[in-house]
Amino acid sequence: MEALIHNFFNVEIMYKAKYLLWLGFKVTLQLSFVSLIFAILVGLLLAFVRSFRNRFINVLIIIYVDLFRALPTIILFMLVYFAWPYFGISLPRYWSAVVALTINGAAYFEEIFRAGIEAIDEGQREAARALGLSFPQTMFSVVLPQAIVVVLPPATSNSLELIKTTVLASVIALPELMKQAQQAHGFFANPTPLIAAALIFLAFLWPLVRLVGVLERKYKQA
Amino acid sequence: MNFQDLFYYFFNIRVFIDTLPDLLQGLVVTIEIAALSLILGFVLGLILAVIRVAVKRPRNLLIIRLLNIPIALYVDVLRSIPPLVILIVVYYALPYIGMLIPRFWSAVLTFVVILSAFSEEIFRAGIEAIDRGQIEAARSLGLSYIKTMSYVVIPQAFRIALPPMTSRMIAITKDVSLASVIGVADVLKKARAAQAFLANPTPLFSAALLFTILFLPLVRLSMYLEKKLAE
Amino acid sequence: MDRPLLEIKDLHKYFGKIEVLKGINMEIQRQTVICLLGPSGGGKSTLLRCINRLEEPTSGRIFIDGEEITAHKVDLNRMRSEIGMVFQHFNLFRHLTALENCTLALLRVLKMKKDEAREKAMEMLKQVNLTDKANNKPSQLSGGQQQRVAIARALAMDPKLMLFDEPTSALDPELIGEVLDTMIKLAEKGMTMIVVTHEMGFARKAASWACMLDQGVILEENHPDKLFSSPSHPRTKEFLSKIL
Repeated sequence: MEALIHNFFNVEIMYKAKYLLWLGFKVTLQLSFVSLIFAILVGLLLAFVRSFRNRFINVLIIIYVDLFRALPTIILFMLVYFAWPYFGISLPRYWSAVVALTINGAAYFEEIFRAGIEAIDEGQREAARALGLSFPQTMFSVVLPQAIVVVLPPATSNSLELIKTTVLASVIALPELMKQAQQAHGFFANPTPLIAAALIFLAFLWPLVRLVGVLERKYKQA
Repeated sequence: MNFQDLFYYFFNIRVFIDTLPDLLQGLVVTIEIAALSLILGFVLGLILAVIRVAVKRPRNLLIIRLLNIPIALYVDVLRSIPPLVILIVVYYALPYIGMLIPRFWSAVLTFVVILSAFSEEIFRAGIEAIDRGQIEAARSLGLSYIKTMSYVVIPQAFRIALPPMTSRMIAITKDVSLASVIGVADVLKKARAAQAFLANPTPLFSAALLFTILFLPLVRLSMYLEKKLAE
Repeated sequence: MDRPLLEIKDLHKYFGKIEVLKGINMEIQRQTVICLLGPSGGGKSTLLRCINRLEEPTSGRIFIDGEEITAHKVDLNRMRSEIGMVFQHFNLFRHLTALENCTLALLRVLKMKKDEAREKAMEMLKQVNLTDKANNKPSQLSGGQQQRVAIARALAMDPKLMLFDEPTSALDPELIGEVLDTMIKLAEKGMTMIVVTHEMGFARKAASWACMLDQGVILEENHPDKLFSSPSHPRTKEFLSKIL
């Protein structure tokens, strides 16, 4: 028990490490936010393009989606980070992480948004067209609002997963929360910062997990 | 950079062939971890779900019903914390309190508990989705609670649970490459080592290729299952 | 020995603060068919479900063939296996075929051997005229067929008593007849049945006794013919005038 407190919940070390952890937390937060926005936008765009039903483009999109849902994200991180220099481009770590998270996240979001768009009855679209609404108007005023209800639970769930995936950036040495915690652990020879990082993740992700549960129950698709 | 260079660096056949045996060895390790984690995580999750449903029954004493809380906490915590964080805590932090777990088993432990948390939720949702009438009919025939669960509820819950379970199991399998971070000799670790040694990123691409070949059919299969069981 | 098959003594049932059954007393002899009638919410289903303790009585005692099912240390599963129940929504096990629905309890509760169970189940399906659907799943059967399989499933256990909870209420009109015919056949064979139903025709034809239940109390009971033609209680009259 003594050992537990000394090693895992060491207040002194916690105090000393708190600045490092705070920096890391900020990076994690930023990374999550930025990547999430890009991933959602790209995913939305792809789903939208896919709804035009152009054979050729659809095949491309399907290949993209299948590929990046199959490829483990950690490999993607490394490919993005280690491969670029060979092209002569040196992407800073932060943006490599954003790119990797966006590519991966967008693949999942595309599927979610596509399901949302397709879930809206063909009849709805026909009715809208019959009333004289153009295709974009149909999409925005009729299809998308309804699609949002279908989309909200899995989209929130996927966003949660994306935020959890930001931790992988530690592998390319981006100083996000986990990386900083590891640094602190190395410096102080005490794993309390690791536990602290875990608890911080728990604190801000747990409410999201609960939220996903609530949304899934609320918008239960029979 | 021209086309030739591209091939030399990223798709170097020579390097690919040379490193392939090494990578495949790593793949075996990856598959071992994945297989163990999937099976144990699946079973543990199912057990937790059944316990949780069984203790929640109104006819039980309050004390027994409160047993539901530790499981709920376990499940929520393990679904909130990122897998890599858990892995690092298990491998680097636990030794400080006397729990020294070798890398391979640290990875297995991590993925087993994470999958069990997700499975618990999925199975529990499946079980709770079975309408009461099925249970009433079974009980009125004289089937005990355990037999009702075993022969009527759980078989039906499985069908409901299968699509989300397959996609979650695939996700866990992809996460197994995180084990390379704590030094497990899986595909990724071998690929990175080879890449560093040869100063050529082809091994990374080979690893990517291997994973894609491995996972693409699985992803398609899970999509197929989802469609089929939605009927 | 003329002990009644079912005895209900001063049965009370509360759902929270609401008293749904206010002191029911009943005695049912072997080989009789009793119809429980009355308006919705009157307690008919609740009464039926108390008999095999799918609902727990708040107070009162119920005896099946002399054995108290409401006793503290009772082998509830065994007693339930001696009472058959047919539900309004059939409740067939969706993942099993018609035959498997019937054999499940035979195998797991009565511990019969596989071929014995199969034979018994087929015999029951024959009685309800559904041997050709033995290998079909419930989703492939019509409502009437499903209900008949449900009856076969309950019958396969050789119950002393059969409980029917609005067996035809969830059926399309053209399918009601086949189920009622099955039930009449059963009655003719001498099964003791308690039926909660709105089907007056069935009550007239097959029931030896009818009970009018409203607001948790038995208003009156009599032979169906007498009850329908000359009801004494004002609320019985009111109810019957709406239905007949």
